[in-house]
Amino acid sequence: MSPPGPIRGVRPVGDRGFLVELPGNREVHLLAAAVRDHFGARIEDVVPGAQTVLLAWADPPPSAAELIAELETLDLTPPAEADSDPVTIPVRYDGDDLEAVAAAVGVDVDRVIELHAGPEYLVAFMGFAPGFAYMTGGSPELELPRRDDPRPRVPAGSVAIANRYSAVYPTPSPGGWHLLGHTDVVLFDADRDPPALLEPGARVVFEPLSR
Amino acid sequence: MIEVLDPGALTTVQDLGRPGWAHLGVPRSGAADTRSLRLANRLVANPDGAAALETTLVGPRLRLTADAMVAITGATVDARAGDRTVPMNAPVYLRAGAVLEIGAATAGLRTYVAVRGGLACERTLGSASTDLLTGLGPRPLRAGDELAVDRAPDTFPAVDVAPAAPPEDAPCLGIVFGPRADWFTDEARRRLTGGGYEVSDTSNRVGIRLLGPELPRHGEDELPSEGMIAGALQVPPSGTPILLLADHPTTGGYPVIAVVRRRDLPAAGQLRPGQRVRFRASRDPVRGA
Repeated sequence: MSPPGPIRGVRPVGDRGFLVELPGNREVHLLAAAVRDHFGARIEDVVPGAQTVLLAWADPPPSAAELIAELETLDLTPPAEADSDPVTIPVRYDGDDLEAVAAAVGVDVDRVIELHAGPEYLVAFMGFAPGFAYMTGGSPELELPRRDDPRPRVPAGSVAIANRYSAVYPTPSPGGWHLLGHTDVVLFDADRDPPALLEPGARVVFEPLSR
Repeated sequence: MIEVLDPGALTTVQDLGRPGWAHLGVPRSGAADTRSLRLANRLVANPDGAAALETTLVGPRLRLTADAMVAITGATVDARAGDRTVPMNAPVYLRAGAVLEIGAATAGLRTYVAVRGGLACERTLGSASTDLLTGLGPRPLRAGDELAVDRAPDTFPAVDVAPAAPPEDAPCLGIVFGPRADWFTDEARRRLTGGGYEVSDTSNRVGIRLLGPELPRHGEDELPSEGMIAGALQVPPSGTPILLLADHPTTGGYPVIAVVRRRDLPAAGQLRPGQRVRFRASRDPVRGA
């Protein structure tokens, strides 16, 4: 019994769900959207990861074989073109680590801003805090490990990078990422619908404001 | 109204949490022992998911400003109202002015106090639960807080007392291996289901750090972040597992060797520091025995 299409595997998650393995993050969002459409309220949580989607049921889940049979019916072909504009996040590039990042990667500060604000990003998955989006698609030139000494408090709205990810801190929290700047955009507000500005699969561009 | 005279060690408002938001990084939260929360609510004829209090080891002292019917479930405690003993697992009618005192738990960790009508707290994403990881929901109780009670439902309590086993001394929790059991050696799987683990004192509603045999892995590959679930036994590089509870982060990068079965999650929520716990694997990964 081999799983359908791009699905690489289906792994049990206790007696409450499954982890569906996919070749990459783009397939993760296709599958997550198709699963939400297909199962609707029958499924409790659909949680995209970097290369997996966690499916969790409130009631006893289907068997692995039943799930695979249902997944086989899903259309996972990517849409011909994007159906919406990317989310624009205006950024004032004045972060405490801007110069250190420039020095670490061997370019000047203006070039760091160019490199960071240039590409379009994809929200690969979320976690760490409500509304905290791990965005991929950034320049490999800016790839840096997390700071050796995490800050006890990073202000809300901080735009930051670590490893191959960019993110915006939705709330003040401890953090080990390199701070490039900040935005006044509110990333998460529980009273708003939808509460999070970004969701997995969203496309994002950073728009530099004059410093 | 309920006046908080003393909040105890850590008392929070909990209901059945906020499922369905995990993809946005919002933990489910909710009662760590949902079975006891549901029982407490049923005893006072509330809906299962009404907001109630969850204590931690040492309970609060509460003054009722109006007559109220309450039910106490979960971790075994001595509860008193003045010189009267308040029995557990039963609906109890208390007069306005009564001071309800929940003592220290002698078995289990978390006691639930439901009041007929349910606590009237503001809902965040549909839930009144305090999430200690992210700060969503009301903050933990403090002395001087006043908790409003919602209007009583039209239904009335149907039983005088419910049979409820107290939390076990050394529970054995059913697990299903996976989703990343194949990242670990056969020896790791034997160790996990062997002599058991001790609950460390670095444990809270987010997770329980377990002390005991290390679980060796094949290789040192880094796991790309993936969705997590309550009951997951996540294994950080130290090799000793962390058992995730209600306020766990929604995604994580440490492999999960096994996940506690649904029916044993309430027992996981009652584990207290110093206690021992064992794990038993079921044969069928999904349908179970």
